[in-house]
Amino acid sequence: MDEIIKKEFESLVKYYESSGGNSRALFSKDYASMVINGNRVLAKNSTRGILISTRRIKDGVSAKIVIKEGFRTKYPVHLCFGMLPREGKQRIKTKIIAGAGSDVKFVAHCIFPNAQKIEHVMDAEVFVGKDAKIEYEETHYHGKSGGVIVIPKTRAYVEEGGEYTSSFVVKSGRAGLINIDFEVHLSNRAKSTLISKIYGKEDDEIRARESIILEGDYSVGLIKTRMALKDRARSRVIGKTIGLGNYSRGHVDCTEIIMDDAYAEASPVVIAKNPRAKVTHEAAIGSVDKKQLITLMARGLSEEQAIEIIVQGLLK
Amino acid sequence: MLKVVNLTVIRDGREILKNVNLEMHAAEIHLLLGVNGSGKTTLAQAIMGIYSYEGNIFFEGKNIDSLSVWERARLGITLAFQEPARFEGLLVKDYLMISARNKSMGNLENVIKMVGLPRSILFHEIGENLSGGERKRIELAAVILMQPKLAILDEPDSGIDMLSFKLISEVIKKMKELGTGVLLITHSEDMIDIADTATILCSGKVIASGPRDEVKKLFKYSPCPLKR
Repeated sequence: MDEIIKKEFESLVKYYESSGGNSRALFSKDYASMVINGNRVLAKNSTRGILISTRRIKDGVSAKIVIKEGFRTKYPVHLCFGMLPREGKQRIKTKIIAGAGSDVKFVAHCIFPNAQKIEHVMDAEVFVGKDAKIEYEETHYHGKSGGVIVIPKTRAYVEEGGEYTSSFVVKSGRAGLINIDFEVHLSNRAKSTLISKIYGKEDDEIRARESIILEGDYSVGLIKTRMALKDRARSRVIGKTIGLGNYSRGHVDCTEIIMDDAYAEASPVVIAKNPRAKVTHEAAIGSVDKKQLITLMARGLSEEQAIEIIVQGLLK
Repeated sequence: MLKVVNLTVIRDGREILKNVNLEMHAAEIHLLLGVNGSGKTTLAQAIMGIYSYEGNIFFEGKNIDSLSVWERARLGITLAFQEPARFEGLLVKDYLMISARNKSMGNLENVIKMVGLPRSILFHEIGENLSGGERKRIELAAVILMQPKLAILDEPDSGIDMLSFKLISEVIKKMKELGTGVLLITHSEDMIDIADTATILCSGKVIASGPRDEVKKLFKYSPCPLKR
């Protein structure tokens, strides 16, 4: 590792730790891992069943992660994507291929602690093989200025009996501008859960389009969105599920808390093109529940403390 | 410890409570009896500072009229709702920690056992997965852990089975032993035997107040003779 890369790596690891990441995993040979700062790969580690390869592309990095057929591990794959400077653009194109019968969890941290004018573009393709299982958990740690644009796009294809769970969480710091575009296609008996939990503050803007296409028979999908918005933050959420397969089941569940001058708009879209499919939705937007608030205040918490506990619970 | 003087609550142009007077002493169980709609819950919530009112409330000799809900809680007053709130994403143990003065896990486990719940429930979320009876007992546990001077319990006996009823009665007696005064709201006369004193509310007015046996007789004979 040359000296500049080493320094960048050490700085990023420090932020990774303070944001809740398990830095030991980045040094252990047991864990597959990848660390990218800006558009430079600082470190990567493949394991017996997980192969990680990267290459520079015109305006970013392309990474391919292949999980061998039948490979199951208790060690999550750790991904650390960061931008330490105040300004810049990061583009990461990833392709994850989970072989049939494999079972792997990903823990991804996206860290932009000093962001003032940062753009983070994530373009992912995920292929989940027959009876394979992928759990992808992405947590963002942004700075306090709000100068971040995050554009995560995922297209996931889940084969028969496979399962894909994704959670996208932005709770600390400013969300900035987030524009989510997730779409999952499910084959027979495949399952997917898409979870987004975001806390918008000041003039943050959150747009989310999440879709699950229930193509296969007995496929099951859930889109779960939880947002809390305060100050002048805005959100526009579209959760869409389309029932095509026989006995497919889809549900869209959106709950948002708004405070101050925030604005929230949620549009659950449920479409059935098969009389044997069932797609349902629920959406609730409102202020902090008064009974919850008074219950906590009757235990001695101030109004601000009570609101914070309710919001953090919703986003947990 | 608690003195309510000429308390009147008007909501949506309607007088829910009219010139209510009530007094209770420290570590006393005082029963607030009344048929549905008599104003018991409104009185409880006014004491907690949830509703605005005319009149005065004194706690340990101090006028608390201008204090907010949480300021009253910090003086040692708390309230458990008849239908407890549910909290998404909050574990029972974390919820109890908010109230607990002694925040050790051992203390939480003792109290959760005292209210007849298994230790494992501490790791459940206070969401839709708990029954109404379990939520009521968790609420009681939160109140015990807070060690308040005055606990206002709004119908802890509603919608529960006989076994839980006995257990809740025992827990309330235990709270008294630990030095907590309990203002117990119910419309069940079965609860009266654990009380020291009682008040009957009828159509927003106090029609009787005093030692439990005297009030019990009256409540049995005529629970609410006044018309609104």
